[in-house]
Amino acid sequence: MAVTSERQGGTLIAHVEGRVDGSNAREFQGDLESAINDDDRIVVLDLAQLSYISSAGLRVILMVAKTLQRQQAKFAVCGLSEMIREVFQVSGFDKIIPTHNSKEDALAALAG
Amino acid sequence: MQQRPFKILVVDDEPDLEPLMLQRMRRSIRSGHYEFVFAQNGIEALKKLNDDDGIDMVVSDINMPQMDGLTLLAQIPDVNPNIRSVIVSAYGDMKNIRTAMNRGAFDFVTKPIDFDDLQVTIDRTLRHLTEWREALASRDRLVALQNELDVASRIQQSILPTDFPEAMGVEVFGMMQPARNVGGDFFDVMNLEGGRIGMGIADVSDKGVPAALFMMSCRTLLKGAAIGTNTPAEVLGEVNDLLREDNEAEMFVTLLYADYNPANGDLAYASGGHDAPLVIHPDGSNTLLPLTGGVALGVVPQFEYGQNTVKIASGDTVIMYTDGVTEAMNSEGEQFGLGRLREVFTAGPPASAEVACQAVFDAVRSFAGDTPQSDDITCVTLQRKGG
Repeated sequence: MAVTSERQGGTLIAHVEGRVDGSNAREFQGDLESAINDDDRIVVLDLAQLSYISSAGLRVILMVAKTLQRQQAKFAVCGLSEMIREVFQVSGFDKIIPTHNSKEDALAALAG
Repeated sequence: MQQRPFKILVVDDEPDLEPLMLQRMRRSIRSGHYEFVFAQNGIEALKKLNDDDGIDMVVSDINMPQMDGLTLLAQIPDVNPNIRSVIVSAYGDMKNIRTAMNRGAFDFVTKPIDFDDLQVTIDRTLRHLTEWREALASRDRLVALQNELDVASRIQQSILPTDFPEAMGVEVFGMMQPARNVGGDFFDVMNLEGGRIGMGIADVSDKGVPAALFMMSCRTLLKGAAIGTNTPAEVLGEVNDLLREDNEAEMFVTLLYADYNPANGDLAYASGGHDAPLVIHPDGSNTLLPLTGGVALGVVPQFEYGQNTVKIASGDTVIMYTDGVTEAMNSEGEQFGLGRLREVFTAGPPASAEVACQAVFDAVRSFAGDTPQSDDITCVTLQRKGG
């Protein structure tokens, strides 16, 4: 699992790579928390390179979503592979967290 | 890491050493790095070690009256095994140096003392000591974590049902195989009013004691809601609202709850973020039941859960499972997947609910081979009897 991020002004795009499960969920949380600034207005999680996510990983995304909601920042995920999309659908997370096909779609939707 | 200065006990019968040491090491003393205490022989040194548990290391001469350095060295571990010692010996006295090292001295310097060399030796010893203490601390943390996981695992095992309700024309079975150190699954089977059977299968999003306690409250709430409410959708709604209160850790649980009526074969079910049940028909074919669009429980307050009702025909077997089944991996990193689960019974329907459950576990086990199990595996099955 690896998290890399790029920032344009108050917009943060974090790319998640590899597997996130119970064994590294805390590390994943730490990586995201240190990538995100208190004054970020828009955060997009790019999951295109994410190969697997367990419920422990979803919980981290949920915590990030709630934190960003409190700091009134916009949040979305993008680039879900078919398998990851299925995880979001089955768990109902696609109803709580906006999902977009691409980074561009996500940024366009959140900037609007 | 080290907040206070390292305290070094210097043992030597030479009274001149004390002022000399304080003078030569004044920089390190002034900067708060070292602090010295002195003793004139082994007996006095042991007394100081016993009285002051803040001493980190000992620098000791070998030849002293009353108790020599080698005898002292042998006794230090009894006072505190984590103290490190450096021996001062006559130049070329290899016999005593070897004895000292055999008795656990960390290092040695030779007389006449070269204070620069002594300082390098002291610093190396203290660096080793710091690393040693960090290693000890992480070992303690590991032991604590292991204890915590053991407690969590006992909680998890204790809430699983051990016998299953019996009703005319229906058989229910359930099994959970915990993964090492990662636990989150549970299931329950309940006798309800009018001979109905309630079944819940769930996966909590975390591990450890807090998750196990969360699991325990899910299970209690589920029992209460199943007995007190009418439909699976209402059961999920009630459990969700109660879990949502006071859930700052943002834990959640995926839960499938089903209510089977033996009188007419109706199975009503609702999914809160959980995989849909699979039905195996007597001819070996199967049907994946549709999801009901629910979010995992504990996330969204006042969520309105949907539900679905299907007719279970005679000879049908309902398979409910957690993602530990479908996401079990083999050595190539492939997942077992829903596809393989659907193929388990193509050769023929299972003879009973228990056989069905065993067949799922066997298929997962033979697929995974030696690959370590990374998540709990749980399966609950129901078979309608009769022809």
